Amino acid sequence: MMRALLLSVAALAVTAPIAAQDIAITNAKLVIGDGSAPIEGGTVVVRGGKVVAAGAGVAVPAGIERVDAKGRWVTPGIVAAFSRVGLVEVDAVSGTNDRSAGRSRFSAGLDIAPALNPMGSPVAVNRAAGVTRAIVAPGSSSNLFAGQGAVVDLADDMDMVTRPRALQFVAFGEAGSAKAGGSRAATFLLFREQLLAARSYARNPAALAEWGNDAMIQRADADALVRVIDGTTPLFVRVDRAVDIVNVIKLKGEFPALKLVLVGVTEGWLVARDIAAAKVPVLVSPLTDLPSSFEQLGATQSNAGRLKAAGVDVSVGVFDDDDAHKMGYTTQYAGNLVGLARLPGASGLSWDQAFAAISSAPARAVGMDASIGSLRAGRVGDVVIWDDDPLELGSRPTMVWIDGKRQSLTTRQDRLRDRYATPQEGALPKAYDR
Amino acid sequence: MIRGVKGSLLAAVSLAFAGCAATGTSGGGEANSAGDKPAATADKPVKFNKDPYPSTYKPYAGRVTAVRNVTIFDGEGGRIDNGTILLVNGKVERVGGPDTPIPVGDVAVFDGTGKFVTPGVIDIHSHLGDYPSPSVDAHDDGNEATSPTTPEVWTEHSVWPQDPGFSRALANGGVTSLQILPGSANLMGGRSVTLKNVPSRTVQGMKFPGAPYGLKMACGENPKRVYGAKGRMPSTRMGNFAVNRATWAKAAAYKKKMDDGKAVDRDLAMETLAGVLSGEILVHNHCYRADEMALVIDMSKEFGYKVSTFHHAVEAYKIADLLKAEGICGALWADWWGFKMEAYDSVPENVALTYKAGACTIVHSDDANQIQRLNQEAAKALKAGRRMGMQISDEQAWTWLSYNPAKALGIGDKTGSLKPGKMADVVLWNGNPFSAYTRPEKVWIDGALMFDAMDPKRRPVSDFELGQPGEGDVK
Repeated sequence: MMRALLLSVAALAVTAPIAAQDIAITNAKLVIGDGSAPIEGGTVVVRGGKVVAAGAGVAVPAGIERVDAKGRWVTPGIVAAFSRVGLVEVDAVSGTNDRSAGRSRFSAGLDIAPALNPMGSPVAVNRAAGVTRAIVAPGSSSNLFAGQGAVVDLADDMDMVTRPRALQFVAFGEAGSAKAGGSRAATFLLFREQLLAARSYARNPAALAEWGNDAMIQRADADALVRVIDGTTPLFVRVDRAVDIVNVIKLKGEFPALKLVLVGVTEGWLVARDIAAAKVPVLVSPLTDLPSSFEQLGATQSNAGRLKAAGVDVSVGVFDDDDAHKMGYTTQYAGNLVGLARLPGASGLSWDQAFAAISSAPARAVGMDASIGSLRAGRVGDVVIWDDDPLELGSRPTMVWIDGKRQSLTTRQDRLRDRYATPQEGALPKAYDR
Repeated sequence: MIRGVKGSLLAAVSLAFAGCAATGTSGGGEANSAGDKPAATADKPVKFNKDPYPSTYKPYAGRVTAVRNVTIFDGEGGRIDNGTILLVNGKVERVGGPDTPIPVGDVAVFDGTGKFVTPGVIDIHSHLGDYPSPSVDAHDDGNEATSPTTPEVWTEHSVWPQDPGFSRALANGGVTSLQILPGSANLMGGRSVTLKNVPSRTVQGMKFPGAPYGLKMACGENPKRVYGAKGRMPSTRMGNFAVNRATWAKAAAYKKKMDDGKAVDRDLAMETLAGVLSGEILVHNHCYRADEMALVIDMSKEFGYKVSTFHHAVEAYKIADLLKAEGICGALWADWWGFKMEAYDSVPENVALTYKAGACTIVHSDDANQIQRLNQEAAKALKAGRRMGMQISDEQAWTWLSYNPAKALGIGDKTGSLKPGKMADVVLWNGNPFSAYTRPEKVWIDGALMFDAMDPKRRPVSDFELGQPGEGDVK
């Protein structure tokens, strides 16, 4: 019965999506998300699923639905910079975990899009924390390249994909060595050889058949890597050790069209000028401060602040943590950087910088800042009204729109909480309480 | 980060399994869970030293110290605005309002305007030292995963005092004491050790003087998975209980022999369990599910021991009334969830619901990162409770971070709150500690200034970090 009900609800979601609302949110403490300061008494107008205007003194079109924010914080939705949202329900239940494909014969060609599950409870939980978009990368494959990630929305509907094949992911450093054969030398050679093979294939598709079993890659992988070589697909590279960062940046000399995005970058502050000079954006999980491995000896929470001060385009994410379930930590981590900026000797970010690092900066890193990540005109209508300062601990959205559609913020966790608001069973067992 | 986690499944789970669930390397032979046995049986009842690795911790030198004009959470739910605290000879001397007298002479006096003073944070669940950084295979020292019951192992024999994580917990988290536990691969993982968070050459130099030992136990998925994968018992939850009950029955017989003055072989495993049955050693039981906790409570009554604390307890909210009635603490996360099946029913209101039901509530880390911001975890849990309509003050919430864990560790008479005569384990925060924007400014342990954000020389650097990139950096 319940199953049938859920199926019918799901079918409804596919056939009759909620229409985008035309809406004006007024009287907001308005954050655009581009690094500018909050605007008191601001207004944001969304029509046809897109922001048409946001700022002070914005006229509200006649006849449009109004929401009075009553002075509360209104921001663009958070963009999770590097995550596995939608790929996992329960990590340790393998059937629900589509993060990695360690036994697949494919690698770069893997595309996560059909693995995304918008009905999964992590999507709702992260949405209720104000995350409206996410950059989702695959974990790993059996080979060096992990495959193609996507930019997704966290709306309550069946289609999560905003941009499929939005990135290719590869890990260098210790993880890359393990995949490539045991050393960093093997990683760099395998990387180079696979790209060169893809390039040969692009020039002469018949070459792949001639190589036969000696082929470095398969057709699907080659197709994907061709798009990496020509810069169509940004290449997200996990790298942490300072010299590894420098060596990865040097790959642009050999493959000039590569659109590199560095992920992790724990020792980035040691080579911040190199990163800035190469104009390569970075995604950091900013509270990493332990020498968890020998490639993270220089870890410090001041990394993000120092990189920013050196002119690097820094995005803040939550990874090396539970990257499927806890994207709600994004605002907390950004808030910590604001606190760090106030501590003698430490480096952090201003509030405005910190918020931009979790909205427009990751959008820019993945090449989509013209369409997501801020409330500038023309961007998607992803808008959040918060109950308090969004970077403060425990602040929560009171209303969320994605593509101009009002979203449910109720989660399975809320249902459990309500059932056990008092733990004692009543006249009937808890199973009847809903 | 992945701490001591092996195997692709667990590696995928990453930090969620940190320590608590880490299984260590597989392989090796079966260890004799009975520990060492002398070749000849003694004729007389065993007399053994119960403290063969005694604490050598001595408080470091501290000045007479006063903080004035500061907001004080006393750790037991009390609050003083515009308060004064005076630390003398390593103890809390006085806590009071603006008229609290401060002696003249060599006194370090700090103005706390806009700042907060609290008892030092106490983490009841840490693997610093037994799963240290860097988390290389050579450091996997938290799970003796060669037998499902290893009460004979003592965590202190694994703890590496040079783990850089201790200094991070001090500087960023204001952690002044912490319990290091074995992992949860085993039903009975071994003895815990409670430490003062001071750098030391030896673990004995960190041991909290007079703290009782704990026994780490684990319910649920981890033991049955680890041993089921080896093709041996337990491979089910009922197997978990069967092995536990058989072991407790043996321990009860061993204890009876000792109590009757009869000769027994030295048996390190049984000595630990007899210590539990006699109430000297406190049980810290990793357990997620409500129904399993209820079964463990019955098992404890069957054999005559008491559970001090259920750790993780993501379903504590479902049986908070039972925990209150039994006087058992819940050591909880704010919002970890979904990393395994038994963590699926987690709710962000778990801490607040447990507290409001009147049960002893603790916020714990089980993690080298979150131990650096337990104040923030408590803040999230507090806000979740308030959103649900519960009225919980900041100062009440601080009991989750110091006094309640101190009581659960058996050191509540010595530390965990700012009462005259107690250890001067104190943090001065540069703002409200329940804000993301706040950091510890100064941390005193037994009245000695062990961290000062304003003074790079009061920033401990472990041997491992010396001569490495970032030595002595802000972290």
